[in-house]
Amino acid sequence: MGTHDIIFNGIAAFLTISIYTFLYKDNPFYKFAEHLVVGVSAGYFTVILYFNGFVPKLIEPLKQEKFYYILPAILGLMIWTRFSRKWSWISRFSLAFYIGSGAGIAIPLYIQNFVIRQLSATMLPVGVSTWPLITNILIIIGVFCALTYFYFSKEHTGAFGASAKFGIWTLMVGFGAGFGLTVMGRVSLLAERVVFLRDYLSELFKYLS
Amino acid sequence: MDNGKSNLYDWMMNLDRRWVYLVIGVVVTLTAIAPFKVPVYVTPEVRNIYNFVESMEPGEVLMIGVDYAPEAMAELHPMNYAITRQCFAKGIKLLLCCLHQNGPGMVEQVIAQVSKEYDKVNGVDYVYLGYKPYPAITILAMGQNFRIPFPEDYYGTSLDSLPMMRNIVNFDNVQAIINISAGSATEYWINYANGRYNAKLAIGVTGVMTSDYYPFLQSGQIFGIIGGMKGAAEYEDLAEKGGYISRKKDQLTAFKSMPIQTTTHIVVILFIVLGNVGYFMSKKVK
Repeated sequence: MGTHDIIFNGIAAFLTISIYTFLYKDNPFYKFAEHLVVGVSAGYFTVILYFNGFVPKLIEPLKQEKFYYILPAILGLMIWTRFSRKWSWISRFSLAFYIGSGAGIAIPLYIQNFVIRQLSATMLPVGVSTWPLITNILIIIGVFCALTYFYFSKEHTGAFGASAKFGIWTLMVGFGAGFGLTVMGRVSLLAERVVFLRDYLSELFKYLS
Repeated sequence: MDNGKSNLYDWMMNLDRRWVYLVIGVVVTLTAIAPFKVPVYVTPEVRNIYNFVESMEPGEVLMIGVDYAPEAMAELHPMNYAITRQCFAKGIKLLLCCLHQNGPGMVEQVIAQVSKEYDKVNGVDYVYLGYKPYPAITILAMGQNFRIPFPEDYYGTSLDSLPMMRNIVNFDNVQAIINISAGSATEYWINYANGRYNAKLAIGVTGVMTSDYYPFLQSGQIFGIIGGMKGAAEYEDLAEKGGYISRKKDQLTAFKSMPIQTTTHIVVILFIVLGNVGYFMSKKVK
């Protein structure tokens, strides 16, 4: 590691430790690092969006005399009227266009891919070999019981109550898996930072000695 | 006596969280200083992706959607590196794009390093399309022709002038898409690339997201999932056995963190047991 890497990785190490100091309590080091992250992210995003969206989708077409690109630009400018109480109603046209076109594109595909495909994935054969038979039956029972838990027009007693209870257990298994994976994800971030700090400190000692 | 026991159980239940952080910090540091070997079991959903890439012929095209920011690097960068190295070693061409605003830096870091390792040339062996906002519209447009949302690549070269893009028009010309993502972009790839254009899709996602996407594996909408750092370690294990990455070159970054995962999980489980014992025993005493 050269002097350049030692300095820049040193800044990264300092910011990492500054963020972790929040685990004890809020302090100026944490605040500084937090604000730096938010500021850099916002600045980076703005520049990326300008050069990948604004320039190719507005500036370049206008230079090529494709003047109809002014229409979406006007719709975009209309959204800025939200800052004025008097004129904010104008922004509703842009939002209506945006939400309307977005919904038109998304809803049919969303129903197809996130509802119908998922429904058909629970309509499973139950008479194949042993292991798929067990898992398929579990999926069918789990889905049915979880749905009964969310049916509130009938009191959860008797067989219906038992089904709802099994449904909540099924949901808990799902939440448990989600929680376990969340812990794993958070630990991954910690592990990567600790390995980075270990490697940096070892390189720093080598550099200084 | 009962009062003393009750106090102990109350302490077990109401332990200051900073003690938990301190114990985890110590355990993680010790494991990082003195690591040990942890076996990694390869799950079928990760093996499916590896086997698919393995079955591709040299010259065929794999598309990778890189939709994550630096905060997800720990989990997603290792799988990105492993897949890219496997593809370049096999002579598979890569088509890369970003639908996340912070993705361009991630792609550049991986592609700059790995293309040097394998002497791969931009425009011939890989094409980096760059970033475009609004994932739904961008994916729908790519399904018609990559040149609609990306008339030029990330470096400003016209796609028509790039040798690799000569016979590539849309998703029909790529063998599969692997979306490596830390956010909602995955939903867009499933909904539009697979749902609308029937593109063959696999995903690499953060640990937090993994359980949300298993239903799509079961329904056949995706053919594989690499879930978080553990999934990346599985992929690295397969890639190492396949001779694509090497421990000596320090290319198994996710694998290296598995001992920390193991010890930290043991500590977390112990704290959960401690809290539960305190809860049930205090109920018994009362």
